[in-house]
Amino acid sequence: MSTFIAITISGLALGAVYFLVASGLSLIYGLMDVLNFAHGVFLTLGAYAGWAVAQHLPQAGWTFVVTALAATATGAAVAAVTELLLIRPLYGRPVSQILVTIGLDLALVGLLLGGFGSNSRSVQVPAWLTSVTAIGPDRIPNDDWLALGLGLAVLGALTWFLRYTRYGIIIRAGAENRDMVRALGIDVGRAFTLVFAVGGAAAGLGGLLNSVVFASGLVDPTQGDDMLIFAFIVIVIGGLGSITGSAVSAVLVGLVQVYVTFYAGSGGGLAQLGNMSVVLVLAIVLLVRPRGLLGRTA
Amino acid sequence: MTNTTNTRNRVSDIFAPHRARSRVRGSGGCPPGERSRGVVPPGDGSTVKRRVASVVWLVIALVLPFCSLIVPWVLPGPVDVLNSAGTLDVLGLCFVFAGVALGYDVLFGFTGLLSFGQVLYFAAGAYTLDIALSVWNWPLFPAIVLTLAVGLVLALVLGAISLRGSGIAFAMVTLAFAQACYYLIEDNPHGLTGGDTGLVMSTERLPGLLVGVVSTRNLYWLALAFLVVTYAVVWLVTGSATGRVWLAIRENERRAQVLGFRPFPFKLGSFVLSSMIATVGGMVYLLLVGTAAPSSVASTTVTISILVMVVLGGAGTRWGAVAGAIVYVYLQQYLLKIAAEPSFGSLPAVLRVPLSQPDFLLGAIFVLFILFAPGGIAGLVSRKGTR
Repeated sequence: MSTFIAITISGLALGAVYFLVASGLSLIYGLMDVLNFAHGVFLTLGAYAGWAVAQHLPQAGWTFVVTALAATATGAAVAAVTELLLIRPLYGRPVSQILVTIGLDLALVGLLLGGFGSNSRSVQVPAWLTSVTAIGPDRIPNDDWLALGLGLAVLGALTWFLRYTRYGIIIRAGAENRDMVRALGIDVGRAFTLVFAVGGAAAGLGGLLNSVVFASGLVDPTQGDDMLIFAFIVIVIGGLGSITGSAVSAVLVGLVQVYVTFYAGSGGGLAQLGNMSVVLVLAIVLLVRPRGLLGRTA
Repeated sequence: MTNTTNTRNRVSDIFAPHRARSRVRGSGGCPPGERSRGVVPPGDGSTVKRRVASVVWLVIALVLPFCSLIVPWVLPGPVDVLNSAGTLDVLGLCFVFAGVALGYDVLFGFTGLLSFGQVLYFAAGAYTLDIALSVWNWPLFPAIVLTLAVGLVLALVLGAISLRGSGIAFAMVTLAFAQACYYLIEDNPHGLTGGDTGLVMSTERLPGLLVGVVSTRNLYWLALAFLVVTYAVVWLVTGSATGRVWLAIRENERRAQVLGFRPFPFKLGSFVLSSMIATVGGMVYLLLVGTAAPSSVASTTVTISILVMVVLGGAGTRWGAVAGAIVYVYLQQYLLKIAAEPSFGSLPAVLRVPLSQPDFLLGAIFVLFILFAPGGIAGLVSRKGTR
């Protein structure tokens, strides 16, 4: 029973990281119909930024805040520049927008491979992150709590942003009917850049958390792309464009993956069974409910 | 929301418009680079010139293994001789991917279905043949029949499931299936696939023609034959009534439906043809390279490369896909060779780091093409022809 709780928390933490990645993808898709393949490299760049900053910081408890901020800011900046330079000239050509993000991902991952090689770097983290907290008989790693907390915080912040701020309202309106928002004299283009920046920020933070919590602190150039495929699965299961759907499905996917890996995959059987079960969940959801769990009607 | 807007918006996005393509044919402008190596498309006016050009290219490709010409600088092999084994291997690889890209063009360029799972059928071809030959020790012919059957069943079943969704949902489901296949191969079930390191093909049951020193030349011709046959099939099918329905679906699926066509069987047909070409391509790849490894045969990066080849050449054009694939594979191998040269290490890091990565250069070229020449190589050539 006690392992069950530890595993559940680990699954929830994985779900939280998935949510950080998927929320941005989902926001961008919801507003702009762009499936952003470069999101994977936003994750990787966030993690590298965290690594670079953490190297120059003293190892105190608070420094992780700076590391996380660096990752977040890098993700946001790279995403905003991507929108301005590559997506903006291609408005009205959705397939080209997808393809251009594919090319960007290819090029940036290549550049990272050239610069850092395929060996991974290790992000320095404060000691409290690598220790455990005992809850009753269970010992839960602190980084799981961190991922869970940050996931919830981002979910709260995004919900608040979309519901109560002026730009949030523009984004929601734009997702419903872009032309009408434009006709009302509102600059949707600025909202596009903003959505990319917000998505990139969440991705940068998610990339750092992914490497700290689930890759034992290691960063390598293709890490983000491996994560991206699961993020895609999460947003399709959750329903494209729905933030709440992404949150629900991120938790579902995280839990399924962790449970299957732990209970069915470790006995010398198929090590990748956890990953495959996620694909199975996707197939079932799409067969039963093609628009995803909380997707809008077509 | 996904369905209707996406299918409608896809029109005139990246694809060569149908009419412009016939203008390409008529213009007779012979593209400077690689051209169709197979059958010439039928057409009007100066088709004869294009047919002659294609036959010339085909003959050059056929007799190339006999030319021991010394060509400095541009060859991808370690020796500067035209028919050296290194160069022939790279050209063979070019032809294999040209055929596979042509198959993908049927699905993406001609039918407008953006799939991210093409690699699954390529992997099915390479791995099924490999397992039958090397693990079960089957003779070549039954192994090929088995592989074709596996490819067909996979394409029919997975195609029928994925085509329940359209637009992005279709893309994601195909991606997920391909990824599941990748994990399965990585897992090495019952020691069949060799896991991460891959499975080396046993040459015991292969005919003598495909083994040993002489095989380089024969395998080169095999790859060329695969490309020529694929080109002929794709040319016949895309020019037929079925091909016209595919184009109609690409342009506006709802409209094709209103005209009385049920899109599903046509889309499935396109999917199966495209997948079977990938399966055969996977078999030829295995014979050529001699090993099947997950990173080079089953990973999603392969799908992305195929997509990049097609778009680089010009989606919705036949020779464009071929040219795109040949340019892509050739550049990739050539850049790797350049990066391995000893003098390369003396370059300053600002130049050396990006230039040592073919992926960076190809990705950057790809981005530039999408921004400034969305019709790909074929679009550039046709623009020049009409001026």
